[in-house]
Amino acid sequence: MTASVFFGCTFIAFGPAIALFLFTIARDPLRVIFLIAGAFFWLCSLLLSSLVWFITVQISNKESSSQQKGLLIFGVVLSVLLQETCRFGYYKLLKKANEGLLMLSAEETMPISIRQLAYVSGLGFGFMSGAFSMVNILADSVGPGTIGIHGDSQHYFLSSAFMTMAIVLLHMFWGVVFFDSCEKQHWWSLAVVVISHLLVSCLTFQNPQYVGSLVPTYIIVFLLGLWAFFCSGGSLRNLKLCLTCKDKDFLLANHRPR
Amino acid sequence: MGLESSKWAIIFLVCWLYKNVSCNSVEQKIYVELNNTVPCVRLLNATHQIGCQSSISGDTGVIHVLESEADLEWPLSKGPNPPYMVLLESSLFTRSIMMKMKNESNRVAGVAVVVPNTSPPEFSPHTTCPNENTGVYSDNYGPNLAHCNTTVWNPRGNGLSYEEFDFPVFSLKEDNETEFIKQCYLDHNRAVNGSAPQYPLCAMQLFSHMHAVTNTPTCMRRNDINFSINPEMVCDPLGDYNVWGSIRPYNDTVFGHKENESVVIAAARLDSRAFFWEVSTGAEGSVSGFVTLLAAAQALREVTHAAPPTRNILFAFFQGETFDYIGSSRMVYDMENGKFVIDLDNIHSVLEIGQVAVHSGTNLFLHSDPVSRRNNTVNDEVKNLVNNLQSSTAGLGFLLVEPNVSQPLPPSSLQRFLRAQPIPGIVLADHESAFNNRYYESFYDNAANLNLTYPSDLSPEEQLEFVTDTAKSLTDVATVVARALYKQAGGDESLVNTIKADPKIVTQMLYGFLVSSNNSWFQAVMAPELKNILKPSPPEYYVGVAMSSTPTRLVQYLLANLTGAATNLTQSQCQKPDELPNESRQMYSYLWVQGIVPPNSTERDSFCVRASVRLTKAVSPAFELGEYASKDYSTWTESRWKFIKARIFLVASRDLEMLTLGVGVAVLFTSLLVTYFISTKADVLFSSTREPASAAY
Repeated sequence: MTASVFFGCTFIAFGPAIALFLFTIARDPLRVIFLIAGAFFWLCSLLLSSLVWFITVQISNKESSSQQKGLLIFGVVLSVLLQETCRFGYYKLLKKANEGLLMLSAEETMPISIRQLAYVSGLGFGFMSGAFSMVNILADSVGPGTIGIHGDSQHYFLSSAFMTMAIVLLHMFWGVVFFDSCEKQHWWSLAVVVISHLLVSCLTFQNPQYVGSLVPTYIIVFLLGLWAFFCSGGSLRNLKLCLTCKDKDFLLANHRPR
Repeated sequence: MGLESSKWAIIFLVCWLYKNVSCNSVEQKIYVELNNTVPCVRLLNATHQIGCQSSISGDTGVIHVLESEADLEWPLSKGPNPPYMVLLESSLFTRSIMMKMKNESNRVAGVAVVVPNTSPPEFSPHTTCPNENTGVYSDNYGPNLAHCNTTVWNPRGNGLSYEEFDFPVFSLKEDNETEFIKQCYLDHNRAVNGSAPQYPLCAMQLFSHMHAVTNTPTCMRRNDINFSINPEMVCDPLGDYNVWGSIRPYNDTVFGHKENESVVIAAARLDSRAFFWEVSTGAEGSVSGFVTLLAAAQALREVTHAAPPTRNILFAFFQGETFDYIGSSRMVYDMENGKFVIDLDNIHSVLEIGQVAVHSGTNLFLHSDPVSRRNNTVNDEVKNLVNNLQSSTAGLGFLLVEPNVSQPLPPSSLQRFLRAQPIPGIVLADHESAFNNRYYESFYDNAANLNLTYPSDLSPEEQLEFVTDTAKSLTDVATVVARALYKQAGGDESLVNTIKADPKIVTQMLYGFLVSSNNSWFQAVMAPELKNILKPSPPEYYVGVAMSSTPTRLVQYLLANLTGAATNLTQSQCQKPDELPNESRQMYSYLWVQGIVPPNSTERDSFCVRASVRLTKAVSPAFELGEYASKDYSTWTESRWKFIKARIFLVASRDLEMLTLGVGVAVLFTSLLVTYFISTKADVLFSSTREPASAAY
């Protein structure tokens, strides 16, 4: 549409991601490195799934629309499974790297905990996934026109931006829950992560009924956010303490060296 | 494949279930490119710029289909969503509507004109007095005849081609694209019950940014700026080549006055123009004239070989005459400066073929210049020429009449010859005073204007051979011209009645020049390397800047084939004829042409044509002399541009865009605040008494 839509959609889609990056990751170079490595792993999964997609589309019957639709569903499911596999691969790699880092560093304790790694890698996945979704759309939103001349819904740009924001947050939450369940060998919660990822992806088949895809997605974001909060050591008591600003007393009482 | 890319791919798939899902892109869902558009471009002369200009990033406007002249107040004052892109039917493409839009041009983003297949009753965007400042009539020469004081030649002219518009004007054809545009307008832009139409609205964007401004001296000066490695040119002079051929050949390297040489010049013009760039068919305006002259040249071939006349006959086809006589002024300039094979003193008389769209039985008129006829010698010679012409019509169905009133010459190349010295001359035309041509210099001056109709069940090859009535009439005119030229050149009187133009050749030429240039006859007469200029549509007669216009080439090869001789030289000999004893490149030009395809083979019978046909440069002397502000010569230039395109799409309301930006900024600020809050309280939020020994944060 115009520059205002371009900036609006960019801020909607990447606002939380930018804020998180600025305040929590940018200061620590080690976290930046792991973020970029996480993004790279997501890219690998995308490469693999697009290779499979390309081959299957070439050998399929291009005329048959039902076959193409089936192929699309297959592509989506395969891509989700590949992303989660790469996330697992990244987890294994990080576990090994942590031991190595411990040997190299001068301190006795690890410079970065597995919980922080979970958060950073999830955010890295989210960044790259959001970028691939949104950049093409943003590039076209700069021009003077908006979608609709062939009868499509006008709200394409806005709903794409909101969906991308949801996906970025979801990847972060999935990262946290995934790593936590791998640590604790809770395989059922791993399965829940994969299933929720599949669910969100398949919800997008509802488009262009954007309400039908966005509302359930945000419900899932909220639920997963809560779960990730509890997985990473939060509790209702902590939350109440923070919100009512009684945390200073708490800190003094439970003072620990950072 | 990622989640999001599958999301929009499935959208596209659902919408295009019946088609192949190939290259999908968001851009294809937003914009519809318009492919069959023709822009109006900017032309400049010594003092003015004319034509249209768009801004460098295109002009966007909400589409409004104009229903009547009264409906103009919606885009110009009442409409709530300016600027508007006005879509006009051709009946509304009038001077008053365009001038009103020009005056309110801050609310008009551009104009799109739908050109129909049928012509309106009359339309001429040219001025009422064509080429009035560069003809022979001025304050010094026939002042009462200058500036169309006695006869207005083009009374229907509305002068639109010579106005300057600062918005783009494009033309659309009446096809599916235009239907789509109108449907988009009906779906989105109609005001319901007097209230404003709701967003999103259907809009069009036109790109036609022209680089040259102000006038020719300015743009030629800017051409010369050499600051960078790649200097940018902003304009080019209009021009091409003149074609000339003669009965007796001239040595192409010997210029200047030739002793005891007396030449009769037969002239016609090749070019025409229209409001939009390059779309010009010029059927009555120019094609009728030069086709007649080509047929006359062919008719004279036999008799001038058998009994050569005393004087030489020179056939001249001038390019660029629409734009202040580019071709003829250049030839006169060359003659004056000894750069042409003859000079002005060698000219005995001039016969020019103007607009001759004759229908059977109508008369033709012989225009002459009354000022030069005040001289008795000139007057006698003109009377002699008139006599020769009138006596040549014996047995044919029309007469040649001199106009009653003492009126000036119509706009013609003869005027440039008269500017140099008084030469007896006649212009042959189908109008007694004002033009009969209702579509002078417009895009409606096409085959239909000449009543060129074919029976509907003929194939293209059969249409090529079919002798239409128009062809028969023009053949008679060509016969008259040929006979008159022979007599004027002092030929044998007894052989005059054997001169007859060939209707077959005339009808083939009319088909090739007005219906389809890619036909078997044109293919046979053209060179192999030039066969790509032949297209299934008629050629464009705009003179252009590329020095490679199709009509020039076609006329050159046709004149060579019709007046020259086929030789049995091989292709390599044809390129280097000087090695042979009897051939000389200085006297003749040797052209290798494709020839016809014999019935039982696939290879063409190519051969070498030897003809005394030459091309001379037709660029205005003003550019040779560097006098870009010249008042005597044509100074027309055409601006350059980078790209020209048009597209339509929907636009959203400003409010929605601002809302999107607002929501985005709000989301960003909220997330910054929340993240700051969380990160400062992180050790409280994420501590847990269940894990006292966990690593510190």
